[in-house]
Amino acid sequence: MSWSYEILGISVLWIFLYGYLIVASIDFGAGFFAFYARLTGNDHLINRLISRYLSPVWEITNVFFVFFFVGLIGFFPDAAHYYGSALLVPGSIAIILLAIRGSFYAFENYGSKKNIVFLFLYGATGLLIPASLSVALVLSEGGFISETNGIVTLDYLALFTSPLAWSIVGLALTSVLFISASFLAFYASRADDQPALELMRGYALFWSTPTIIAAFTSVLYLSQHNNRHFQNMMDLWWLLGLSVFFFLIVLWLLFKGRRYGLAFIGLMLQFLSAFFAYGIGHYPYILDPYITVQGGATQEAMGIALVVVFIAGLLLLIPSLALVFRLFLFDADYVKGKK
Amino acid sequence: MVVDTVLWSRLVTGLTLSFHVIFATIGVAIPLMVAIAEFVGIRKKDNHYTLMAKRWTRGFVISVAVGVVTGTAIALQLALVWPNFMQLAGNVIALPLFMEVFAFFFEAIFLGIYLYTWDRFRNPYLHWLLTVPIVLGAAMSAFFITSVNGFMNQPGGFVLQAGQFMAVHPLQAMFNEATPSKVFHVLASAYMTGAALLAGIAAFSILKKGATDYAKKGLKLMMGVLLLFSFLTAIAGDTSAKFLAQHQPEKLAAAEWHFKTEQGADLIFLGWLNAEREIMGALHLPKALSFLAFSDFNAEVTGLDEFPVDEQPPLLVHYLFDAMVGVGFALLALSALFFLLLLWKKRNELNRWMLRAIVFGVPLAFLGVELGWFYAEVGRQPWMIRGYMRVEEAATTSPSIMILFFVFLLLYILLGTMCVFVLRRLFRDNPAEVELEKIAKTKQQALAGDNSSEEGGLA
Repeated sequence: MSWSYEILGISVLWIFLYGYLIVASIDFGAGFFAFYARLTGNDHLINRLISRYLSPVWEITNVFFVFFFVGLIGFFPDAAHYYGSALLVPGSIAIILLAIRGSFYAFENYGSKKNIVFLFLYGATGLLIPASLSVALVLSEGGFISETNGIVTLDYLALFTSPLAWSIVGLALTSVLFISASFLAFYASRADDQPALELMRGYALFWSTPTIIAAFTSVLYLSQHNNRHFQNMMDLWWLLGLSVFFFLIVLWLLFKGRRYGLAFIGLMLQFLSAFFAYGIGHYPYILDPYITVQGGATQEAMGIALVVVFIAGLLLLIPSLALVFRLFLFDADYVKGKK
Repeated sequence: MVVDTVLWSRLVTGLTLSFHVIFATIGVAIPLMVAIAEFVGIRKKDNHYTLMAKRWTRGFVISVAVGVVTGTAIALQLALVWPNFMQLAGNVIALPLFMEVFAFFFEAIFLGIYLYTWDRFRNPYLHWLLTVPIVLGAAMSAFFITSVNGFMNQPGGFVLQAGQFMAVHPLQAMFNEATPSKVFHVLASAYMTGAALLAGIAAFSILKKGATDYAKKGLKLMMGVLLLFSFLTAIAGDTSAKFLAQHQPEKLAAAEWHFKTEQGADLIFLGWLNAEREIMGALHLPKALSFLAFSDFNAEVTGLDEFPVDEQPPLLVHYLFDAMVGVGFALLALSALFFLLLLWKKRNELNRWMLRAIVFGVPLAFLGVELGWFYAEVGRQPWMIRGYMRVEEAATTSPSIMILFFVFLLLYILLGTMCVFVLRRLFRDNPAEVELEKIAKTKQQALAGDNSSEEGGLA
């Protein structure tokens, strides 16, 4: 494959989707843990931790998502036609869940404290949103969308009875909880908060097993549903192997209960290699078989303009994000609650 | 079929945008007001203004949350409800949409930092500097997204070949002829509305609890900003009318019920149409439309008759236009009157009727914003991309869109109610006076106590 603006475009988008996967998982999982901790009477242990990290960054998380789909439609306008038409209902459900979650987070945190209804909505949507968003990934495998006379329809029956769809939803849910618990364990260790650390370490260890099982199940069903994609992924066996290797390191560090920062980096690498093995294996299709990276790309002038703006934007964003990290993530005094 | 998926698609989008524009306007305007108040506070070393900036920010965050989620909704809905529009126009307008997200990103990052670093810097100007990227980011978002709307009104930067946009010039499309006047009008009116909102809140508190120093300072500051921006909005409106007369004459003609092309055209205010499309009971300002459109009382203004019937905007936009202009001038008059009373020593600018009028200015200002957008959007009908794509070609074909309208209606009612409820609680339980006392107390303690513990400074 030649290195052109559309390849660059899809690579950039894929990196952003990965970024969203990590930051959103932390956020979605935190909502669930906050609610679960309230139910089990452990909320005094972790709520302060969660809100101290999330309050300054929740809006940034949302932007990652908007960035991805605005970029996708920008680089590949055909995606708007197919995904837009097919996803009207699931997409609208996702909008509603995101709306409830985002605004109720702000209502709870900046407005009225300690409202159990707000917390429930915040926690429940944290699990429903990844489930509804992962539907788009399932659709991209093909077989669920059909087009007749230019009218695109989504086959709901095929979707809801597909084991692939359910295994991907399962993978989304378990990874959300695994990623989130690992991050919060790391954050608790930075805050020297032993009880919170023990709790989150327990959650992280617990969710590691279902995550890896769901991952293997998804790959298994993928081989039945879209053998081309599966074969492509098998050609990237070393990336998948790397992912398993990082997973084992994470598990070992969590089990031993030390180097939580390293454990979280390992987890990010684990998901990075698996995510890219999946993504590269998907090439050249964006939506099998309707949209390919080359066929669906925007005009060259626009593609180049987008790439230029993207680089300029990164020059603006990277220092800004670094400042956020320095102030809220790696400032020990802030994390410990002294500032 | 009258009520079809196209109509429901329009209703869903109209609903989301009408709701979003309230919070978008607040989102653009309040950061500037916060920046002004914090700056004045640091300059004058006056706690009142600093507290004002803090309290406005606290309320602002709640409304930002609703603005962010409805903004996400409209961004997604563009593709979900108008898939064919995005497929065609995406090639030309992806750039400003993409840049809008960057601007939003930039603003989101610094808003988070601003909120959580009130006491972390020793130099107060460092914290104040954080408002600069927030104000800029908000204004840039408004600029980029308005340029997309400008493109839909005044498309350019491409060649149409076999139903596809070819030879695309992204920058030409973004800086289309409609963009400058639209952006000017959107920004000026947003700042005007923000100032009206905060002035109205101060006036309300004076009416309820009497004239405290805090409320008086807030009122005066915001009335000044209101005067400036309602004046600029009037100029921006004039610029926009001149743009329409030249480039989109059917929109202006529909707004003015100007049916026949003629020289020295009258401006028509209010009135109604009878069954024969004759104007009844309206106020005619002789030759004023020509002057408004071309700064020349005898200039020729294009009439609606030069456009095919199926390309004429609905005539109802006349009322939207009149009401929008009325609101603009009412706010200008209100702020001018306030300063006249202030300067005229014998009169009291804080008399109850004046305060009530200022409070009434809040819904009025938001109504003006809504009416202005209704006029801009309904006046563009029947086009999605004026001259290139009609609305019915762009909409989704899914019948589910009807149910979604009601689901979103319910969502916005819920969000709107919750937002008001939370904001009321936030400020009612914690009045400014109590906070001021608290600040004074901690200051005294700090002076009395041993001051050795190091606080602040960039960590």
